[in-house]
Amino acid sequence: MSLFISITAINISYYYMFENYRTRTEAKYVTHYVNFTAFLLLLLLILSSCGMLSNSSDTDLEIPESAIEIVINPDFAAYSKEIPGSNVTIDMVPVQGGTFTMGRASGEVGKSPHEGPQRQVNIDSFWMTSHEISWEQYELFHMEVVEKEIAEEQLDRFGIEPDAIVTPSPPWGDKTFGMGHTGRPAVSMTHYAAVVYAMWLTAKTGEFHRLPTEAEWEYACRGGIFQNYNLHGDPSALDDHEWFRDNSENTYQRVASKKPNPLGLYDMKGNVAEWTMDEFHTDYHEILEGEVPGNPWFKPEVLYPRAVRGGSYRDPAGEIRCTHRRGSDGHWSRNDPQIPRSMWWHTDAPFVGFRLLRPKETPSREEMMEYWIMPIFDF
Amino acid sequence: MEKPDSDFKGGISRRSFVKGATMTASSLLLGSLPISASAYAAGSGMIKVALVGCGGRGTGAAFNALAAGSDVKLVAMADVFENRLEESYSRLSLRFGDTGQLDVPDDHKFTGFDGYKQATDLADVVLLVTPPGFCPRHYKYAVEMGKHVFMEKPVATDAPGVRSILESGKMARGKKLNVVVGLQRRYQNNYREILRRIHNREIGDIISGQVYWNQAELWVKERKPEYSELEYQMRNWYYFNWLCGDHILEQHVHQIDVANWFLGQYPDKAQGMGGREVRTGKEYGQIFDHHFVEFTYPSGAVIASQSRQIPGCWNRIAEKFQGTRGFLTIDGNHNAIIRDRNQNVRFEYDGGDDPNPYQQEIDELFDSIRRGHVIDNTDYGAKSTLAGVMGRMATYTGQMIDWDMALNSQDKLVPDHIDWDSEPPVLPDENGYYPVPVPGQTPIV
Repeated sequence: MSLFISITAINISYYYMFENYRTRTEAKYVTHYVNFTAFLLLLLLILSSCGMLSNSSDTDLEIPESAIEIVINPDFAAYSKEIPGSNVTIDMVPVQGGTFTMGRASGEVGKSPHEGPQRQVNIDSFWMTSHEISWEQYELFHMEVVEKEIAEEQLDRFGIEPDAIVTPSPPWGDKTFGMGHTGRPAVSMTHYAAVVYAMWLTAKTGEFHRLPTEAEWEYACRGGIFQNYNLHGDPSALDDHEWFRDNSENTYQRVASKKPNPLGLYDMKGNVAEWTMDEFHTDYHEILEGEVPGNPWFKPEVLYPRAVRGGSYRDPAGEIRCTHRRGSDGHWSRNDPQIPRSMWWHTDAPFVGFRLLRPKETPSREEMMEYWIMPIFDF
Repeated sequence: MEKPDSDFKGGISRRSFVKGATMTASSLLLGSLPISASAYAAGSGMIKVALVGCGGRGTGAAFNALAAGSDVKLVAMADVFENRLEESYSRLSLRFGDTGQLDVPDDHKFTGFDGYKQATDLADVVLLVTPPGFCPRHYKYAVEMGKHVFMEKPVATDAPGVRSILESGKMARGKKLNVVVGLQRRYQNNYREILRRIHNREIGDIISGQVYWNQAELWVKERKPEYSELEYQMRNWYYFNWLCGDHILEQHVHQIDVANWFLGQYPDKAQGMGGREVRTGKEYGQIFDHHFVEFTYPSGAVIASQSRQIPGCWNRIAEKFQGTRGFLTIDGNHNAIIRDRNQNVRFEYDGGDDPNPYQQEIDELFDSIRRGHVIDNTDYGAKSTLAGVMGRMATYTGQMIDWDMALNSQDKLVPDHIDWDSEPPVLPDENGYYPVPVPGQTPIV
């Protein structure tokens, strides 16, 4: 049965690949598509021939039936999109939704009190940028004002007024902290700046982007449908996949220069920590409502703390895990000589960057507006 | 002052104001008679503060002052632009509006070029946070009136300004006034700890160093049709030497000062190169976009200084030193590391919880005032400013400049008197371009 579906999927995939090739001239798109499709098909073939699909309880790699949708649904594939007006692309990989166990098991050594107790959480499908937003991608935003015409054209589709988009002032000082620029992750932006970047990218591309929620982030980090992906505790595997204190030489590194997780997402646990859409609550797992909360999100109501996920190049191996969470702090702007302190740049947070998410189902205008939170003065 | 414009670029509405004129009722009413002729004496209650220069950094300094204790009160504000003053006041109100510490009635808000005098007269402590070209005259007046001072770096844009600061400093010492200069690295724990270790000979004798302020783009203010030439220069002040002194001085003085501090000397020679490679438009006034200077010290130590404001390049803001026993790297973000000659880490500073350095310097100023002590940063503030001027002279002329040449330079950038009717000391040509120094042609003055 599994094999049959796979073969059918191959045919369907090739059909759409051909269609895509005819309608899109971007070779990169096709390459990504083929790679990802081939990867999934290979997995399905191997696993089905081993009988593992029917015996998922004691293996690290589980392929639920829903995984197949990725293969047979050509609209939900990895893609690479040029940001209009530039030659910079945003690379997205699909993350099929599902239910997962969020948080850290109570028995785990060194467990942080804020990372449990574990809860079952349901997540809708989305695309996620395959790597942390790079300086090349970020600078398009902070170094140029989005043309009003483009914003109007794109945002009209959502019925949103383009005047809402404000772009940052230049940072004072060196935003790279001497750690290099090209190909490196953008860092030091405030949470608000990352939120506005997503708004800006939405205006540029006409596709709705936002920061992931904590739950979405952790789900993606764990490998989504391939959940239980866990390299924690295996130093050599960790070194193959992540940048952290022991291998980073105390500097961030080129994005996507280690191996990705099974979804094709790079640097989730390390390199730079990443902003999420949530306010930081220490008792997050306790205050989730319902038996299996769906797409939980704690909308920020205060400036600090807001939730940052994953470890960074500064953190020791023990902090490099999918459940790692911390809250932002006013201390991250302590070297800002002005009042109010910059709403765009932290002066003392070179370890924080972000990646973006695009929901598979485009939300309503009202829902989008919910994610475009207002700035709060930082005194 | 090493700062871009405010965050509120477009999108967020702000009150619009008519251009600040000198003839506000308040400035006419009070005249220039000093109301309090002597600075706050220890133990006598509230400390009254005047803010001179109400930009982003000025507002920050006033905030730091009010946060230094509930016995500190802001009683007067001065700025050439009324809109900047009001913006600053409203920002301070958001945080201090209900504390009773913000006590600046409309007739204590002074606009125009001479507003600093009335504001100074009303206070025990003045915060001098204008573009640096004005600092020498503001400092002189404050000292004459017997006020304690916080002044931002650099403290002048030219050698005559530095000489004026040194001269006023003698009077300040005589009056036992507290003077803190905004070279805040001197107030940071990582620098203080490393200095202790340098004195402890942990890196041996410093024989060389590299100091950097290499960053990308900076703010620039658009010319508006209603601006006079003077107003345009005042608003876009960073790009005009009489106001700013060029970024080798305005920003990079921090690193040059660290070198001077750690070496315990001032450079006796400087030579270097620089120019405008990328930032060549008329909106960028006169200043260079990069400088590279070799400073030689009496000990023989050589410090290479880089300051660059060009997007897309390698960036760094830090200081590195090589000693006979080891290597030191340190920066304003509370980091420091000492390695031995074999590159083994001997000491790593963890400044994760260190305080805000802008608050720290102001806290120490007020603490000293309350205790009746004296902190006086005038000398190093002036001399590190001169070292920056010296580096600029080297890159502008392409010549070897020695310390005395710099100290005795007659290149006077700032006019003695200026008001809104004055012609600015530098003017654009018929195409709107300003004169830019050319190494090999620009003379040593």
